[in-house]
Amino acid sequence: MRQRIYWSKGLNMLTPLNLKELSKQPELFAPGHRMCTGCGAPIVVRMVMMAAQYPLVVANATGCLEVSTSIAEYTSWKTPWIHNAFENAAATIAGVETMYRSLKKQGKINDEMRFIAFGGDGGTSDIGFQSLSGAMERGHDMTYICYDNGAYMNTGIQRSSATPFGADTTTCPVGSESQGKQQQRKDLTRIMAAHGIPYVAQASPSHWQDLMRKVRKALDIKGPKFINIISPCNRGWRTKTNDAIQLSRLAVETCYWPLFEIENGVTNITVTPREKKPLTEFLKPQGRFKHMFAPENAWMLEAAQQHVDACWDRLQREQTLFVQPGTSE
Amino acid sequence: MSRMIAATGNEAIANAMRLANPDVCSAYPITPATEIMHIFSGYAANGEVSTEMLLAESEHSAMSACIGAAAAGGRVATATSSQGLALMWELLFIASGMRLPIVMGVCNRALSAPINIGCDHSDSMGARDCGWIQLYSENSQEAFDNMLQAFRIAEHMDVRLPIMVCLDGFITSHSIESMRWVDESAARAFVGGYQQSIPLLDIAKPASYGPLILSDMYMEYRKVHEQVMAKVPQIVSQIGAEYKGVSGRSYGLFESYRLEDAEVAIVVMSSAAGTTKDVIDRYREKGIRAGLLKPRLYRPFPYEEICRALQHLKAVAVLDRSDSFGASFGPLYLDIVASLCNQPQKPVIINKVFGLGGRDYMPDQAEQTLDELIRIAQGAPVTCAKEYIGVRG
Repeated sequence: MRQRIYWSKGLNMLTPLNLKELSKQPELFAPGHRMCTGCGAPIVVRMVMMAAQYPLVVANATGCLEVSTSIAEYTSWKTPWIHNAFENAAATIAGVETMYRSLKKQGKINDEMRFIAFGGDGGTSDIGFQSLSGAMERGHDMTYICYDNGAYMNTGIQRSSATPFGADTTTCPVGSESQGKQQQRKDLTRIMAAHGIPYVAQASPSHWQDLMRKVRKALDIKGPKFINIISPCNRGWRTKTNDAIQLSRLAVETCYWPLFEIENGVTNITVTPREKKPLTEFLKPQGRFKHMFAPENAWMLEAAQQHVDACWDRLQREQTLFVQPGTSE
Repeated sequence: MSRMIAATGNEAIANAMRLANPDVCSAYPITPATEIMHIFSGYAANGEVSTEMLLAESEHSAMSACIGAAAAGGRVATATSSQGLALMWELLFIASGMRLPIVMGVCNRALSAPINIGCDHSDSMGARDCGWIQLYSENSQEAFDNMLQAFRIAEHMDVRLPIMVCLDGFITSHSIESMRWVDESAARAFVGGYQQSIPLLDIAKPASYGPLILSDMYMEYRKVHEQVMAKVPQIVSQIGAEYKGVSGRSYGLFESYRLEDAEVAIVVMSSAAGTTKDVIDRYREKGIRAGLLKPRLYRPFPYEEICRALQHLKAVAVLDRSDSFGASFGPLYLDIVASLCNQPQKPVIINKVFGLGGRDYMPDQAEQTLDELIRIAQGAPVTCAKEYIGVRG
């Protein structure tokens, strides 16, 4: 089993984060699953699993990823995997991790392993939020990964608290009296940082080295970790099936989805766009924002841009509050 | 035999858990079950058990974590009541569907609204069809004995299902009663060790727990679950008999009290059975052939055995400590009637709902019920098939 081989090599023998070496690694997430063509989620999962240099035990919230990768008698998961319910991936992996600690303490198990939960934005920031918050507070040695596609895509593109302002969804549709979602999205990454856990990060599959480095870092830190990863959904975003990576790149370059990490309370922007692009470059290719480009909705584009600018500004200022590790004043 | 001691039902449950030494306990506070975890947390804090405690932020997460922990591969126990059990409801089906032998103490308590912390069986009756095994206890002694046996029953290789051990909130959970423990080493040997069949933590043989099963196979999984349930009564009887060897006390699927030659009988569960037995003794002294049947294993319901035990009677009153709104009758009544419905000769059966929300069950309620049964046995017509007793208006 490749995980055992890699683990036995020790941490100094990590596979270098380059495509040539990574492509030699057998994958732990098998193809043949039923995720939609062009979906971001399986790309994110493959990157996460490939980055890990430890044996993994995975919990999966109900959602697109779970439902499309585990249709009995098949499974895409070549690693121990558990799906319990929609709102409890964090509590479930917390239970698994607690049993691991118990058995290890009693000398009944010796294998080294890491615990990961995957949930969509609905399963994480809405219905699963309490379960996640509780698990983080209790300090379980686990990494929670949210793949954020900005709505309840599995049930048919309903709004979630992570749906961006203005988006046209099936439960906040554009009509004569309403112009899509009227609220800004919940900033889950910052909320998780407020738990005071050792590691929180935001990542994007367009910046795969950054993403994989963050996963590796998280898995080497003891305690609760949270990584929020943008995951384009061409069905819900109403985009072409071949532009998931391009869209996630635009999300980063417009600072809609800044790439940063907060390690022990210290904020570090890991990728600063050379040139901050206008938000419209991210919004324009997506059918869910089409109505915002109507002349009478110019205020919506303005409001969305202002929100992104304010968040980016705050993030940059937060970074200056701390001396970066490894640098001196 | 160990000496007589005084203990509450909650102490009894916690002590049985200590003897079973679960690898993980995950729970959330709720009255009246909270005290079980107070006591057990003390055992963990003092190294009397090797259990890792997971003190969750809700019962939903407590049961979710129990499922994760049990799948991971080890012994898991918890306890709850009322709203807590209601909040776990979604996960109860998942625990049983995954065939995880989680052991849970349930201190029976009424459900909101109106909010009430007193005893009735609405909570566990609401969870009676979740695929869990349910045992009901009359007193602290039975709570302890049932809890110890529960680990054996749930973890039996032919079963591997979760189990609830129910005791009456406050009436049993908080009342100090005389009872006997079991010799420590004998109890530990009786419970034995536990090995999960397909542990999630076996990284060499990765398993997928909780996959999607569509309409091509779902019904087959449900049928298998029912077939496993059908094996449970025999295993409960076998373990109940074996328990005599360590405790001097043996247990069956239900208790028959002065039933064999009875003409009329009351069927009632848990603590109310004790009061009823006293009243029956007084009626027997008057020459009235009265008896009692106290179900112990309620899920799966031992239909055939209960049918045989009640068939010969002239009139039976089933006392339900909960109601099944809109079903016309209480849940226990419906099961008793179902067990007898295909018999050519069967007793007249009436239903009384009593003791909701902690309302006391008094001897005169049993007396009035027995008097009514006697009249029916003598040929009087049934005037009221179901009624609330001990209630105003």
